[in-house]
Amino acid sequence: MLTILFDGVAYGMLLFVLAIGLCVTLGLMNFINLAHGAFAMAGGYLTIVMMNRYGISFYWGLPAAFVFSAILGAVLERTLYVHLYTKSHLDQVLFSIGLVFMATAVVDYFMGANQQTINLPPALEGRVNFLGASIGVYRIFTIVLCGLLTIGLQFVLAKTRFGSRLRAAVDDGRVARGMGIDVTKIFALTFAVGSGLAGLGGALSTGIISMDPTFPLKYMIYFLIVISVGGTTTITGPFFASLLLGVADVAGKYYAPAVGGFIIYTIMVAVLILRPQGLFTKASR
Amino acid sequence: MRRQILKGLAASALALATLPALAQETVKVGLILPMTGQQASTGRQLEAGVKAYMAQHGDKVAGKKIEVIIKDDTGVADISKRLAQELVVNDKVSVLGGFGLTPIAMAVGPVATQAKVPAVIMTAATSVIVEQSPYFVRVGRTMPQMTFPIADWAAKNGVKTAVTLVSDYAPGIDAEKFFKQRFEEAGGKVLDALRAPLASPDFAAFLQKAKDLKPDALFLFVPSGQGATLMKQVIDRDFAGSKIRVIATGDVTDDDLLNSMGDSVLGMVTSHDYSADHDSPENKAFVEIFKKVNNNMRPNMMAVAAYDGMDVIYRALTTTKGDANGQKLVDAMKGQKWMSPRGPMEIDAATREAIPPMFIRRVERKNGELYNVEFEATGPIKDPTHK
Repeated sequence: MLTILFDGVAYGMLLFVLAIGLCVTLGLMNFINLAHGAFAMAGGYLTIVMMNRYGISFYWGLPAAFVFSAILGAVLERTLYVHLYTKSHLDQVLFSIGLVFMATAVVDYFMGANQQTINLPPALEGRVNFLGASIGVYRIFTIVLCGLLTIGLQFVLAKTRFGSRLRAAVDDGRVARGMGIDVTKIFALTFAVGSGLAGLGGALSTGIISMDPTFPLKYMIYFLIVISVGGTTTITGPFFASLLLGVADVAGKYYAPAVGGFIIYTIMVAVLILRPQGLFTKASR
Repeated sequence: MRRQILKGLAASALALATLPALAQETVKVGLILPMTGQQASTGRQLEAGVKAYMAQHGDKVAGKKIEVIIKDDTGVADISKRLAQELVVNDKVSVLGGFGLTPIAMAVGPVATQAKVPAVIMTAATSVIVEQSPYFVRVGRTMPQMTFPIADWAAKNGVKTAVTLVSDYAPGIDAEKFFKQRFEEAGGKVLDALRAPLASPDFAAFLQKAKDLKPDALFLFVPSGQGATLMKQVIDRDFAGSKIRVIATGDVTDDDLLNSMGDSVLGMVTSHDYSADHDSPENKAFVEIFKKVNNNMRPNMMAVAAYDGMDVIYRALTTTKGDANGQKLVDAMKGQKWMSPRGPMEIDAATREAIPPMFIRRVERKNGELYNVEFEATGPIKDPTHK
């Protein structure tokens, strides 16, 4: 069933863009940032405010959400997160979950507790027929955009100077510093880009789902599943994990509605038992 | 000297004796609402409804001052139970109220029974709740009361087959059950009954399944406050183009969310007891004062239930002439009849269940805003599950 496949892929792509920033901070910077969803929420709400209050086009909302969340991420990284890089993981978890609750309360105060949505531009609405299957235009848009992003990210990490510096900084921060690489700056930039991607994911998801103040908590579990299944050392790992989860989730709910909700958890448990290092990661030496 | 002391003692004894009477001058109402968490929008509406009632009717009734204490249970039943105990034991409330979800009301039931304190259910809609404690009084509505009218309407308007899609929790399953029962009694057929997890963010699979079954109508139920996501995806999947009518209980086209759903929901038919558009002097006054004291927010079915809840408490106190004894209050609440912003309301004297009026409504644009416009009154419906 092609429609189901497409829906699943679109959902998976969305999950990937939402979660990739977390993979980067967790895998590359060894920092557990459970507040990642809050950056996604910031991007989502920015788009909603821009569109519903000021009537600005959705196409501007997407880059604006990226920039806004990236700046927010950079500011918080410099002021708050930087103090926690050397702390234990438990401290990081407690700190970032605290941030989630604060973000929830702040959004609740300013935006209200009810679900908020946007109305997509007409060009992205509706459905088209593709090989006999009816597919939502917006889902195609999501797939294409997220696909391009993935290719871009992979390129930056693997082929550019910045990518190699980042990998060096992660592999051994002290040596990298000794070689004259500004590790602090690289981490700040990476964190900002990761947050920006979350913001973009949040803005994109307003087209399919809606925003409410509990968004970071609701999605935290999905991010964590993507990461535990995909591993954190590559970009391709979480990418395929997101696709797998998206398709499995949608197909499961379609063909076996009674147990559909459990399928992604089943996959996660199976992966954790069989390959605890993640599905697409080489076993650690 | 001795006389003096005796006099003093007598005076203080007198003072002591009058103390409880003084304390009785205030009647405390403890409301347990989900002010944060998933159901926060419900809590917000309930609080606003109470505020509107107090603004309109003052805080004095039958010579007593009403003091409302609001506690946030975040929508978690364990917390609700603890808060109910605290309200009864520490704050000495005479009436409990609120309860956003069925499990919450169920958890509070034993507390109300043991403490002999009336508990006014404003939101939770599973039928069985009022049978769990003789101190439960419902002012909201129940699932069968909401679903029967829309099932009847569908059967009468050329819908032969339907698929139901509900949130997978007690009221959702109730909605599914009662819709199927009523619709099939009227000769229709439910092709499939789909249940989405309560926190499901993506309904794509369920909606596609419903669409592929090609029914005449798709019946939806999700908790109030969560209709926006669902409707967005329903519209995206283009049911209208496949000639599938989308019908629902009024929770889906909640007044709180309706405006943000956009023109795509125009024409959708739902059943419920309250629309902010209801045409009556009582509702006009209610909407006006509600908007005035609540920052221009639009009241929804939760707000009106909270408003009626306060009304029932005030009325009961008037009947008992200010006596806040739990048993007397419950007895006074039974059989109360009044004109609510929804229309004529009644508390069933036998079951303590609300008997609200019901309407079939269609989403229309009025004065630039989207409203559920009532076009057919089905009259009050007694909950059919109580014996």
